Amino acid sequence: MLKIKATIIDQAGLERTLTRLAHEIIERNGGAVGIALIGVRTRGATLAERLVKKIETIENHKVPLGILDITLYRDDFRKRLKQPCVQVTDIPFQLDEKNVVLVDDVLYTGRTSRAALDALMDLGRPASIQLAVLIDRGHRELPIHPDYVGKSVTTSLGEEIQVRLMENDGEDCVLLVQSPEEA
Amino acid sequence: MALSNRHLLGLDGVPAEDISKILDTAESLKTILSRPIPKVPTLRGITVVNLFFENSTRTRISFELAEKRLSADTVNFTSSGSSVKKGETLKDTVRNIEAMKIDMVVIRHASAGTPYFLTKCINSVIINAGDGRHEHPTQALLDMMTLREKWGTLKGKKVAIIGDIRHSRVAGSNMRGLVTMGAEVLVCGPRTLIPPGIEEMGVHVTYNLDEALAWADALNVLRIQLERQEKGLFPSIREYHAEYGITRERLKRFDKEIVIMHPGPINRGVEIDSDVADSDASIILEQVTNGVAVRMAVLVLLSGIDAAHES
Repeated sequence: MLKIKATIIDQAGLERTLTRLAHEIIERNGGAVGIALIGVRTRGATLAERLVKKIETIENHKVPLGILDITLYRDDFRKRLKQPCVQVTDIPFQLDEKNVVLVDDVLYTGRTSRAALDALMDLGRPASIQLAVLIDRGHRELPIHPDYVGKSVTTSLGEEIQVRLMENDGEDCVLLVQSPEEA
Repeated sequence: MALSNRHLLGLDGVPAEDISKILDTAESLKTILSRPIPKVPTLRGITVVNLFFENSTRTRISFELAEKRLSADTVNFTSSGSSVKKGETLKDTVRNIEAMKIDMVVIRHASAGTPYFLTKCINSVIINAGDGRHEHPTQALLDMMTLREKWGTLKGKKVAIIGDIRHSRVAGSNMRGLVTMGAEVLVCGPRTLIPPGIEEMGVHVTYNLDEALAWADALNVLRIQLERQEKGLFPSIREYHAEYGITRERLKRFDKEIVIMHPGPINRGVEIDSDVADSDASIILEQVTNGVAVRMAVLVLLSGIDAAHES
């Protein structure tokens, strides 16, 4: 069992954080028109879906939602003991001229975001790409900086962030846990 | 999600989980083929040699496209115009090629067992692209992928393989793969073209085409290799067509849709008539598209295994 060290965000907190992120996205883009949200599988996709709903409530405009699978773009794809399953990227609209907000659950080394950027570039030419993350836990290995952050958390390398969402895991919370190797 | 074997030599003994994994991965990869930029960087830095000691259009192009869509470096080898003509042995040829630092070898050869032999000579990952009358695993995988797309499952479905079963590696791999995946298989053709004892592979046998049509949900119609006739295995092309040719009139006798497949190249008017091959029930061109996706899946899944085995 993983040792839970702290609850970083609880259910009510997650709701408030996502509402704020939705407002920030609208504010920065001067409305919801021309924006598209793209979530990185798996939990980034769930978060993007929720943000789309929130933006629709606030602005009365439904922004397009896409899901990105970055498995094939990972720089460690062939080195991992357990290769992740290749899943489908589902972006049912043209990216060209859109202000794309890339949504992920945790920003860590920046390698996932790098892979996601490459994957997006292969699909079209967006007007801009912004990065929204629920948790920024530091320890970047690449020059990647988020535009919207739910919460910045100082972590050690021996810790892990677990984002648990109702749709994927049956509950809404963000936990700080000890990595299995360290425990 | 690595496969249980480091090579793909055939479908003999390949477990259902591995086949499902390849087909699932292929379905995901297929979406890449219709993108504006149909390329992903997954196999960057990997070098694949396509060793073709036998003629091939579809399979060779399909493998090469699959490799390029995944950003692998590819080298093509055909035996004509090579040192094979100067008398170099197969073992020497491949060991020399491997000395140039390659990672994967795709091989087609007229002798059964050549891919297995290569695994004993070199360390690269070996993928069988057809060996003699033995196996052609990626063809069977793409056939299964196309049928699964059509039906959603293979379990309990009835697939009849029609024609020259005896000399067909396509039949060899299809029988093994389909039986593993829980489909029912029936082989149908002239007695001279069906090997005795084939029932031991878990397939049904009939020499009567109407019986096969009445039974089947799908037909995999094999190419009749014209050179077989010279050996006296059947009297004439015309007689073969009359007995075993798939024609519209023949299909009309059965009140159901039978899916039509063919591994190509087609002899129109011999084993299958043009109007059937080009009909709505035919998924022949879909097979070709899926061929690229299935080969991409095999390459991706086998590329990662090395690391897994080393650590």
